Amino acid sequence: MTKIDEYAPIAGKSTVEELFLLAKRLKGKTVQNINSTAVGGGVAEILVRMLPLLRDLGVNVRWDVIKGNERFFHITKKLHNALHGVEVSIGREELEYFVDVNRENAKEVLSDVDIHFIHDPQPIALVEEKARAGRKWIWRCHIDFTDPKKDVWEFLKSYIEGYDCAVFSAPAFSRPLAIRQVLISPSIDPLSDKNKELSDERINSVCERFKINRERPIITQISRFDYLKDPVGVIQAYKMVKEHVDCQLVLAGGGATDDPEGMKVLDDVRKEAENDPDIFILFLPPGSDVEINALQRASNIVLQKSLKEGFGLTVAEALWKEKPVVASAVGGIPLQIAHKYSGILTHSIEGTAYWIKQLLNEPEYAKRLGTNGKQHIQGNFLITRHIRDYLLLFLSLYEQKDIIYL
Amino acid sequence: MAERFRFYTRLNLVELLGRQAKNVAELLQGVRQVPGSSIYYHTHRFLQQHHYLSPEPPNDFAFWVTNSLGVDVLGERLASVDTCKFRSIRSLREKFIETLESYVREQNSRNTDCQGGEEFHFMSCRTFILPTSYEAQNLKEFREILERVSISSIYFHIFEARLRLERGENDFSNWLEEIGQKKLAREISRLDPYTITLEGLRKDLIRRVSQYDKD
Repeated sequence: MTKIDEYAPIAGKSTVEELFLLAKRLKGKTVQNINSTAVGGGVAEILVRMLPLLRDLGVNVRWDVIKGNERFFHITKKLHNALHGVEVSIGREELEYFVDVNRENAKEVLSDVDIHFIHDPQPIALVEEKARAGRKWIWRCHIDFTDPKKDVWEFLKSYIEGYDCAVFSAPAFSRPLAIRQVLISPSIDPLSDKNKELSDERINSVCERFKINRERPIITQISRFDYLKDPVGVIQAYKMVKEHVDCQLVLAGGGATDDPEGMKVLDDVRKEAENDPDIFILFLPPGSDVEINALQRASNIVLQKSLKEGFGLTVAEALWKEKPVVASAVGGIPLQIAHKYSGILTHSIEGTAYWIKQLLNEPEYAKRLGTNGKQHIQGNFLITRHIRDYLLLFLSLYEQKDIIYL
Repeated sequence: MAERFRFYTRLNLVELLGRQAKNVAELLQGVRQVPGSSIYYHTHRFLQQHHYLSPEPPNDFAFWVTNSLGVDVLGERLASVDTCKFRSIRSLREKFIETLESYVREQNSRNTDCQGGEEFHFMSCRTFILPTSYEAQNLKEFREILERVSISSIYFHIFEARLRLERGENDFSNWLEEIGQKKLAREISRLDPYTITLEGLRKDLIRRVSQYDKD
């Protein structure tokens, strides 16, 4: 298991020292994380990585999962979609059932701790217990919240405002609330398979396996095959570039084979590629983290031409590898890229093509973007920053002022 | 004997105010009404988050007006607000209000909105100040610690102490004055730290201190 000290050579010794200083201030406090699944999904992934590191720092954290049947999760899926702006109908009865399941869980799951850290909407109504149990309550929203359906938002808001504090991943998800709101961005783990250093031989062997020529420029987009990632737009941009500059295009990502839309997107992408031997469409199986790492490292330019994006951590992954990134100015991407300083933000297929050409023709400038990008990720989007924010968040629950002397 | 210099560091927790602006008028209204910690945050965020960039991008207001509203004239005026000259957040806020108001007057209520999704989101921060394990008794130790201490610590003693805590002067100059290094104290006090990257500032401080340490 990775230890917190292993991050010192990457994030800086002083950064890890600061984490120990903060953790010391939390001595005697216990934190209980509660979500709805122990495996799979982004929240479980973050908790699996982060909790051992928090424990290593001496913080007393635990993690519990609520129970629910098929009907409950069918309703929570609807809530999830409505928060993403999808039109769904949720009846009063369903909302009542949702709350009942939360009440049942409250009897079992809540421990005698100092801080309850509740993740996402599924267990949101546990906060009803606050009136009886007291303690501090945080609601952590991990999902894209840009355009929630009004009735569902109103329903959830009545619970959110029962918490001491709500946490969002991007500024656009914030809205007027009667409680404190904190911004905590997601992070990448520099020691994970997807981001760790790779030898040149390893990178070469992955490229050879896919018959990608490392002697010629490589442009890559890593994302699942989804219309919102605009893979067809990426190919159109590539074609505009190819008229003037030689290059290869790699579109790599996974997706569920039983997802009919994913398969349709893949068909459209293949059609648009017109058997061009320089376009590599790689449908990768789960667990291809090292391959993704190698493809990013082999690239001259990495794209993220999404039409909509929650946070878009693939941008941070590429920047961490010092790659110049051309990405759409959507979701959390502008937090990761300052245009023309640490990457390029675009708004169209033509703009994307224009900047790819510029960067292929000006490798020195492209390199500078990559160097700046890596530094930005190092300072702001590594797991150590994420842990620091959580520690500060816990400490802030006991303070009223803007400036706090510890 | 002069006091030892204890290095502190500061860490920020960013807060969202749930308030946004889509044009200059709404930006002005926000700048008038948000808490002082929000003005501080938006005029110092770039320094903290992009401390390697050279030249520094300006404050968030200027960056947004230029890049999202496309109003270069106002963007330039906001970028050239000389943060270094202000001794309190109050007076800094007044300057931004004045700059925005005068632009709004010139425009006779023409007020263009930014594209959807590019709104300005007002944020603020809670700042936690904590002592590090580093302490200096003389210039030699001071220089050695400057090389090792986190960039947040240097940031705290130069920026936060002077403007946000309203100590009038940066902490380094205050201490150097106390230990009789008046000339070095004045040199550091005269620096405009807003036009140097933080790592550049660290190097500059080390160079200056080394010079006096030799003498």
